[in-house]
Amino acid sequence: MNLEIALLLAQDGIANGAIYVLVALGTVLIFTVTRVIFVPFGDIAAYAALTLASFQLERTPGTIWLVMTLAGLALAMEVYTLLRRGEAHRLPMALLHYAVLPLIPIAAVWIVGGQRLPMAAEIALALALVMPIAPLLYRIAFRPLADAPVLVLLIVALAVHFAISGLALLFFGPEGFRTEPLTRAMFTIGTIVITGQSLLIVGASIVFGLLLFLFFGRTMAGKALRATAINRTGARLVGIRPAAAGELAFLLASVLAGTSGILIGPVATLYYDSGFILGLKAFVGAIIGGLVSYPVAALGAVFVGLLESYASFWNSSLKEVVVFASLIPVLLWRSLTFAHLEDEDEAEDAA
Amino acid sequence: MRPAHFMLLLLVSAAALAAAPLVLGSFTVTLLNYIGVYALVALGLVLLTGIGGLTSFGQAAFVGIGAYATAWATTAHGAPPWLGLLLALALTGGVAAVLGAVTLRLEGHFLPLSTIAWGIAIYYLFGNIEMLGRFNGISGIPPIQVGSISFAAAGAIYYLIWLFLAGAMWLSANLLNSREGRAIRSLRGGAAMAESLGINTFRIRLAVFVLAGLFAGLAGWLYAHLQRFVSPAPFDVKPGIEYLLMAFAGGSGHIAGAVVGAALVTLLKNALQDVLPTISRNSGQLEIVFFGALFVLLLQHARGGLVPFLRRRLPKHTPPPPAAAPPLPRRTLPQAGTLLLKVDGMMKRFGGLVAVSDVSFELRAGEILGLIGPNGAGKSTMFNLITGVLKADRGKIVLQGQAISGLAARRIAARGVARTFQHVKLRPNMTLLDNVVLGAYLRTRAGFLAGALHLDRGEERAVRAEAMHQLHRVGLGDRPYELAGNLPLASQRILEVARALAADPALVILDEPAAGLRRADKNALADLLRALRSEGVTILLVEHDMDFVMGLVDRIVVMDFGVKLAEGLPAEIRADPRVRQAYLGGVT
Repeated sequence: MNLEIALLLAQDGIANGAIYVLVALGTVLIFTVTRVIFVPFGDIAAYAALTLASFQLERTPGTIWLVMTLAGLALAMEVYTLLRRGEAHRLPMALLHYAVLPLIPIAAVWIVGGQRLPMAAEIALALALVMPIAPLLYRIAFRPLADAPVLVLLIVALAVHFAISGLALLFFGPEGFRTEPLTRAMFTIGTIVITGQSLLIVGASIVFGLLLFLFFGRTMAGKALRATAINRTGARLVGIRPAAAGELAFLLASVLAGTSGILIGPVATLYYDSGFILGLKAFVGAIIGGLVSYPVAALGAVFVGLLESYASFWNSSLKEVVVFASLIPVLLWRSLTFAHLEDEDEAEDAA
Repeated sequence: MRPAHFMLLLLVSAAALAAAPLVLGSFTVTLLNYIGVYALVALGLVLLTGIGGLTSFGQAAFVGIGAYATAWATTAHGAPPWLGLLLALALTGGVAAVLGAVTLRLEGHFLPLSTIAWGIAIYYLFGNIEMLGRFNGISGIPPIQVGSISFAAAGAIYYLIWLFLAGAMWLSANLLNSREGRAIRSLRGGAAMAESLGINTFRIRLAVFVLAGLFAGLAGWLYAHLQRFVSPAPFDVKPGIEYLLMAFAGGSGHIAGAVVGAALVTLLKNALQDVLPTISRNSGQLEIVFFGALFVLLLQHARGGLVPFLRRRLPKHTPPPPAAAPPLPRRTLPQAGTLLLKVDGMMKRFGGLVAVSDVSFELRAGEILGLIGPNGAGKSTMFNLITGVLKADRGKIVLQGQAISGLAARRIAARGVARTFQHVKLRPNMTLLDNVVLGAYLRTRAGFLAGALHLDRGEERAVRAEAMHQLHRVGLGDRPYELAGNLPLASQRILEVARALAADPALVILDEPAAGLRRADKNALADLLRALRSEGVTILLVEHDMDFVMGLVDRIVVMDFGVKLAEGLPAEIRADPRVRQAYLGGVT
C-alpha cells in the first residue's frame, strides 16, 4: 500500500464513517431517552434511499404501504387503549397523531402521482415519508413495554427488525437500487481527487452534529429530552411526558437516519435489507461510546468507517468479519476501564 | 404435582418418545429430530436468559461452530464423529469463554449486542473460508456410529438426539437445585445481593454462558450428522432470534419450556410453510413477519410463556419440610470482648458532598452496637463502606486484625460479615427455604459438576436442614415452600435476617430491620438478637426506631452530617444535648 492508496482509502473511510456517524448519533439519542437499543434504525436509512430511488424511477414507493400498515396498527392500538380507559374524548387527538399526520406525505405522493419533481423536493418528500416509521414502531412495539428491562426491549427491537424487513421485501421487492448522484463535483488536491459527494456526506454529519448540540443545549424540547434520559421519574415529576419525549426522540433520530440513507443512496446499491448491516456498523461505533456519549459515538463511527475501508483493501470478502470482530477488543477495553456490575433487573421479577 | 405423579409422567413421556419412530411416518420423525436439536439450544437459553437474566442472539453461531467443527474434522480428516463432538465442544466452550470474559463485566446489554455482532461475523467467516466450502458449505458428512451400529437413518439418530436432550435436561434440573444453580437463580436479583452472599457473579455468569454455548455446540454436532451437510445460512442472526423465541414461547424460566417452545415454533413454522405460499410469492419473508410480530406480542403480554400457564392448572404439591441432618461445620467465634471491627478515619465523598467525614469507632465481639442518626447523616454510606459496596476515599477498616477496606463485597462476606438490606433484596420467585439456603453459599462447596451429577446430596441435606433451622428461629418455619414474594414486607425483612444467619456470621450488620414491624414482631426480633448476642455473634444495627434501639443495644454511635456526633451507652446518648439538638433541631 503506498501513500496515495492509503489516502484514497482514508477518504473513502471517512465518507463511510460520516454516514455511520448520523446513524450512531440517532442510536445514542434513542437509547438514552427510551432505553431502547433500536436495531431497526439502519432500516430507516435504507428505506429513505429506496423511497428516493422509487421517485427517480417514477414508481410508487413501497414506503407508502409500510407506513399505512404501521399507522393502521398504531391507530387501532391507541383507539383500543383509549376506549378501554374510557377516554373517548382523546380520540380526535389520536386520530390526528396516528392517522392524519403520517398520511400527509402519503397524500402528497398521490397528488404528485409519479411525476418527477426537483431533486430537493423529492428528497424532502422521501424524508417525510420515512419519518413516521420509527415513531409508529415505538407506539406499536415499545411503548406498551416502557418499564421493561433493557434486555427485553432489545429482544423486541430485534424481533421488530425482522418483522419489518419481511414487510419491506413485500413492499420494495428483492431488487437493489442506486439513486442519482447528488453532485458530480470533483476537487483535486495534488494527486488526490475528492468527490463532492463525500464532501457533502462529511459536511452533513458535521452540520447535524452541531444542530443536535444546539438543540440539546439551547432549546426547551432538547433539555426535556436530556432530562428524560437522565431520570425518567424525575422528568415526569416536572411535567415531561416520557412517552412524548420518546416519540420526539424517535422522530429526530429518523431525520438523522433518513438523511444518512439519502447520502449513501448514490454511492452504494441498497436492497430492502441493507439497513441491518449499516445500522449494526453504526452500533459498533455507538458502543465505543458506551451508547451514552455523542462525541465518542461519532468518533467511534468514523473509526468503523476507516477500519472497513482498510479492511476491504486487505480482503474485501472478510471486511464484515473484521468490522464486527473489532467489537471484541473494544468491549475488552471498556470492560477493563469502565467495568461495573448493573443492579437493575429487579423489575424483571414481575415476568 | 406429587413426585410419584411426576415420575409417572416422565415414564409415560419416555415410553411415548421411544415408541414414536415405530409408529410415526418418517416426515414426523424428521420433524421430531429437529425439535430435539432446537430444544437443546433453547435449553441453554432457558438457563441463560430465563433463569440467569443474560441473553444471547448468537446461539445459532455456536450451533454453527459445533456443526462446522465436526463437519470439517470428519470430511477433511476422516476423523470419527465422536472426535468431532470433542472438537465441537472445545471450540464452542472456548469461544463462549472468551466472549463472556470480555462482555460480562459490562452492563447487561453489551453481551447480547456483542452476540449480534459476533453472529454476523461468524456467518461471513463461514461463508468466506475456502476450507469450509464458502457459501456452498460442506457435504458428505458421515453418520454417527457406535461400534457397528450406524445412526444414519432418521429413526436411528432420533434416539441419539432425544437421549442427549434428556441427559442435558436432567443435568440442568439437578444443577438448578444445587448450590451453583441457586447462585444462577440469584443473578436476576442484582449483583449487590448475590455478592453480599459471597457469590462471584462474574464467575457464575461466565459459567452459565459457557454452559449455554456447550449445549448449542452439542446441538450443532447433532445437526451436522443429522443433515449430513452444513452451510452458513442456518447459523445467522435470524435463526439466533428464533431460538430465543422458542425459549420465550415455551417458558424461559422452565426447563420444560425449551422442549415445549421448540416443538411449538417448529410445528408452527411447518404449518406456515404450507399456508403462506398461497398468500404471496415472497412467503419466506412473511414467515419472519409472523414470527417477529408473535415474539413482540409474547413479550408484551405473556413473557412467562406456555409452561407456567400449564403448571398453574396442575394440582400443587408441597413436599415435607427438610429432615434433620448432620449439621454444617460452624465458625469459631472470637472471644467475647476482644476487638472485632475497627473503623478508622473513614472518609467518603460524592462529588462535592462529604457523606462520611473522618468517622472512627470500634466494635467488640459479642456486643450489639447501634448506629443511629437523622436522615442524611451518612449511616447508609458507612454501612456500604463496611460491607464493601462502596470504596472509601480514605480510612481503614480492620476486621479481626485483617484490613478489609477496599475488598470486594463477597470477600468481606467470606470473612464472616453478613448483612441485610434497607430495601429488601430477596428472590421473590424462590421459596423461603431456597432464599435462606442462598445465605449459606459460603459454607458449602459443591461445584457445577457435583451439582449437575447429584454428587452433592449429603451437603445439600445438611444445608437445607440448616436453613430450616434458621427459618424456625426467626418464626417463619411454618411455610418453608412459600414463595418469598408472597410474604408481607415486614416478614421479608425477617427472612433477610434468617438468610444472614445461615451464613454463620461473626458479625451481622442489619439495616433498619425493625422498619414496618408490629410491636409484637419487634419484641420477637429483639429477643432473637439478644439470643444471638448470648451465642457470641456481634451485631451492628443501623436503625431509626429509638425505642427498639434503646432497649436492645449495648452501645450507640450517633452520626450527623457525615461526622460522628457522640458515642456511648444508651443512657448517656439519651442525655446528650448535642444528640437532642441533632434530632429535634435546637429544642433543648
